[in-house]
This record gives sequence, structure tokens and C-alpha cells, in this order.
Amino acid sequence: MSSTFDTVANIISETCDIPREKITPESHAIDDLGIDSLDFLDIAFAIDKAFGIKLPLEQWTQEVNDGKATTEQYFVLGNLCTRIDSLVAAKGA
Amino acid sequence: MRLEYFQLIDRIVALDLDARTIEVHAQVPQTSTIFEGHFPGHPLMPGVLLIESMAQTCGWLLIGLNGFSRMPFLAAVKEAKLRSFVAPGTALSITASLVHDGSGFAMTRATVRSDGKTVCEADITFRIVPFPDPRFRASMAEVARAIGFPLEVRIDG
Repeated sequence: MSSTFDTVANIISETCDIPREKITPESHAIDDLGIDSLDFLDIAFAIDKAFGIKLPLEQWTQEVNDGKATTEQYFVLGNLCTRIDSLVAAKGA
Repeated sequence: MRLEYFQLIDRIVALDLDARTIEVHAQVPQTSTIFEGHFPGHPLMPGVLLIESMAQTCGWLLIGLNGFSRMPFLAAVKEAKLRSFVAPGTALSITASLVHDGSGFAMTRATVRSDGKTVCEADITFRIVPFPDPRFRASMAEVARAIGFPLEVRIDG
């Protein structure tokens, strides 16, 4: 998770020009870092590429819109990294 | 091309779903009201319409890849370079490829050439969503048939 977080934090820092030190596992990508949905596409692209996965953004968005999940579950970076690790693990299974 | 109607693609030359590439032909018209203002005495194909022509080319590729089930909407244009003027009457060949197939989005790259020479290029991002209205999909299917979209079964499907 720590290396996953470092990779994700670096991606966010470079993609959105956010100082690396402001990005923590507790940061909410939208509420704390001010990343909008369009910028998040660039982040998702870089994450997909870096980890060889496909973040299920549509499913997550649908779940949030349907009230079945909160944005914190997907967009707090610590939670995001846990999900990335799960997707990587599932890919290798 | 019918610039005033944003009909910028005349014919799909090749659509390779395995290679995830497309090539289209686009003929810049000799006359258009757009050339009256862009520019008086020096008519040029507007750069924004060249970018739109690349976006439409990428869009047809994405529609081909998703089996005409979803609509790509232009979301971002990056690294757009307009390398030379395009005059009325110019024949253009536009090629595009899929760079990344994301969840609800896609990254593409397109190039416009004239006589083999690169005129412009760009990296283009799309959001991809279900067709918002059946009439919209029907109108897209009509355009698809007109420009030789090769997957008739899927158009009707």
C-alpha cells in the first residue's frame, strides 16, 4: 500500500500540479485536493497504465449516485490505494 | 464536408477494430460561408474545425469499438499542433488510434495529412456515455451509413 500510495501521489502531483507534500493517504481527491472529474480522467489513465488495471470509474460513480457508496470510499487516497491493490491482486489471481 | 453542419467526415476508408485504428477521408469544400469570415481574401479551414475533424474521426473509432452502443463526447484536447494552412478544396486523410480504453473514458491520438504531409495532430480525450436519446442514436446511425461506417448490423442493433 505504501508504494502504491507513493505512485498514486506522484501521479496526482504531476498531473494536477499539486505539491507532493500536500497529498496524504487521508486526502480526499475531490474535497481536499480540488481535483475535478476531468482531471481525474488523466489520473485514472496514469493509474491504469502504471498498475496495468482498469479503475472501474463508471461503477463507482453509479454506486455514489445511487447512494450505495460514498465518495470517501473511492476518493480518499488511502481507500483508493487499497482498491488499486485489490485490482492488481485480482489481475494476478 | 459541410462545415456549417459540422459534417466533417466524408467517408470511412478503413476501420480496424483489432488494431484499434481508423482512417477517414475528408474533403474541404471549395466554398463555404465560413470562408467569408475566415478570412476575407485569405480563406482558410479554421484550426478549431481541423481539431473537430480529428475528434469526429476518433469518435467513429470509439463507436466502432463499442459496437455503436455508446456515444463519445469530446472532453479534452492536448498537444494540438496546427502545422500548416489548409485551403479550400484540400483533400485530407485523417487517421486515429486508441491510446487507452478507460472506464467511461478513452484517450485517442489523431493526425490529419494532406498529400502525405502532416497538417495537424492532437491527443484527444473523450467521455463515453450511453446515448442520451434514441433520436440522437438514430441520427448518428444515419450519418454512419452516409459515410460508409462498416458495421451495418451494429448500426441497426
